[in-house]
Amino acid sequence: MTEVKEREVAIVPPKDHTPVVRSLDPSDFPTPTSRDEEFRFTPMSRLHNLHQGNVTATGSMALAVNKVAGSSFEIAGAKSTDRIGFTDKIAAGAWSQLEAVSTLTIEANQNLSESVVVSIVGSGDVAFGQLDINVEKFASAVVIVDHIGAATYAGNIDINVADGGAVTVVSLQDWDASAVHLAQHRITLGKDASVKHVSVTLGGDVVRILPSVHYAAPGGQAELIGLYFAGAGQHTEHRLFVDHSEANCRSNVVYKGALDGEDAHTVWVGDVLIRANAIGTDTYEINRNLVLSGGGRADSVPNLEIETGEIVGAGHASTTGRFDDEQLFYLQSRGINEEEARKLVLRGFFEDLLGQIAVPEINDRVRDSIEARLGGRI
Amino acid sequence: MSVLVIKGLTVEVTTEDGPKEILRGVDLTVKAGEIHALMGPNGSGKSTLAYAIAGHPKYTITGGQVSLDGQDVLEMSVDERARAGLFLAMQYPVEVPGVSISNFLRTSITAIRGEAPNLRHWIKELKESMAGLQIDPQFAERNVNEGFSGGERKRTEILQMELINPKIAVLDETDSGLDVDALRVVSEGINRVCAKGETGVLLITHFTRILKYVKPDFVHVFYDGRIVREGGPELADDIEANGYAQYVTA
Repeated sequence: MTEVKEREVAIVPPKDHTPVVRSLDPSDFPTPTSRDEEFRFTPMSRLHNLHQGNVTATGSMALAVNKVAGSSFEIAGAKSTDRIGFTDKIAAGAWSQLEAVSTLTIEANQNLSESVVVSIVGSGDVAFGQLDINVEKFASAVVIVDHIGAATYAGNIDINVADGGAVTVVSLQDWDASAVHLAQHRITLGKDASVKHVSVTLGGDVVRILPSVHYAAPGGQAELIGLYFAGAGQHTEHRLFVDHSEANCRSNVVYKGALDGEDAHTVWVGDVLIRANAIGTDTYEINRNLVLSGGGRADSVPNLEIETGEIVGAGHASTTGRFDDEQLFYLQSRGINEEEARKLVLRGFFEDLLGQIAVPEINDRVRDSIEARLGGRI
Repeated sequence: MSVLVIKGLTVEVTTEDGPKEILRGVDLTVKAGEIHALMGPNGSGKSTLAYAIAGHPKYTITGGQVSLDGQDVLEMSVDERARAGLFLAMQYPVEVPGVSISNFLRTSITAIRGEAPNLRHWIKELKESMAGLQIDPQFAERNVNEGFSGGERKRTEILQMELINPKIAVLDETDSGLDVDALRVVSEGINRVCAKGETGVLLITHFTRILKYVKPDFVHVFYDGRIVREGGPELADDIEANGYAQYVTA
């Protein structure tokens, strides 16, 4: 792969790392514009006004979940205001509009034998959602949140992993082409708790996911994996924030994306903060992008801020490469047609990541969906 | 029996100073079972000929014809040419990250033969060919050319030629960058393919040393975008003894 761009842009964040506003009330936030750092890559005109924080729902998403022993699911529970606020008008707006909260509980000490699949299906409406995934002490589970269909959807997910718990949460964005999906995924880890958070974004007109990791006690481990594929005209954005506020915690971020077609746009921003008291932190983040064809654009901004030197390790890397004419010529000269050549390269590019995701039922689904989308056939 | 016919081929490339003519009328016929050595100094256009035959988009054909068994090669896409029976062993094979040799070869063979090979038979075939070229079996799981030495790349090119068994193989400076042992191994691979009599070989080289192992039936001296002299193996001996200068000034 030819490296066409390698950039490491350090954006100096404000010294006070607490967001200026953290609230459940959208009126506490100014309306974001593309002049704001957080939204500078986002196509505001394609958000169907969700950033105004006052759009009302025209329908709802269809939710379904399989029954797995050791877990329970409450589809429409009461909205309690006893929760941490959101960090932008979109997420708070979603909260203010929705009527109920869905809660998946993985019961203490349970090691679930099969994946819990929460399917969230849109049928063209404007809809809002809040899913809480509570993993109780020493429980472990794999949870797949499967977003499909068409929708204008602001749906947040809170993942709380209690002491000693371990969870894999795969959020699959396999939307129809018209979908707009904006979400905050807030992960809180207890003592020695671990999370593998996987975001797979394949479909949708605009998908903007903001995963964040917060350590409530020492010893937490977070693995953040992302896989995205943007076809012509698609905007796919992942903004991550890992807040190392406790000692001896670990985070590892691997995001890989491919672009195929005119005006495909992917954004990856990885902010990692190691606070002064977070000694013994071990963190690494990498983002790799592969431009398969056309005038796609991959923005990649790793940002690491370290306030203590007493850490195990901290690093970041970002590369954007282009599937170039020489590679294409080489493969074609062996009888492989252009489309097959792109498939081969793309499959190879994502293969190690699928291995790391290690959720078998996801792998085939992702492979098939990408190949179907390749060349803009969906 | 297969035959590649090149007639009056002229080719140009786009440079900063505008189009530049590289090939100035090449005539050459290569038949299955024959080995042709195309020799010439650096910059004479040898590699351009190889790439033009294979269909590299960088080269613009401005005149002439290339046909394989009567079919117009110049009308075909790169992959169609390969499926029609043309093979180019590259001077600088490129890396393809994320794609394993075994996956790449199976995809290629499936495309060229028109159907996926029987798996058990295929694995045996691959193992035997790799062993013949002294390629470590573990290479099958490595990404195409990624981190390969020059010699490993060239052996892998010849591995592809053996498996594909083309009608016409153009080997672009396959000998360059090889030590003596690797040169011998690669040459034996070329000879194994030739011995079957189904493949015509156009061996492009700057030096005569590979011709000690791969015996050409015909030698063509290439200079300034055209063939300036043709003969039998004795021509290579003459170049070995006296260099290219005599043809260059001719």
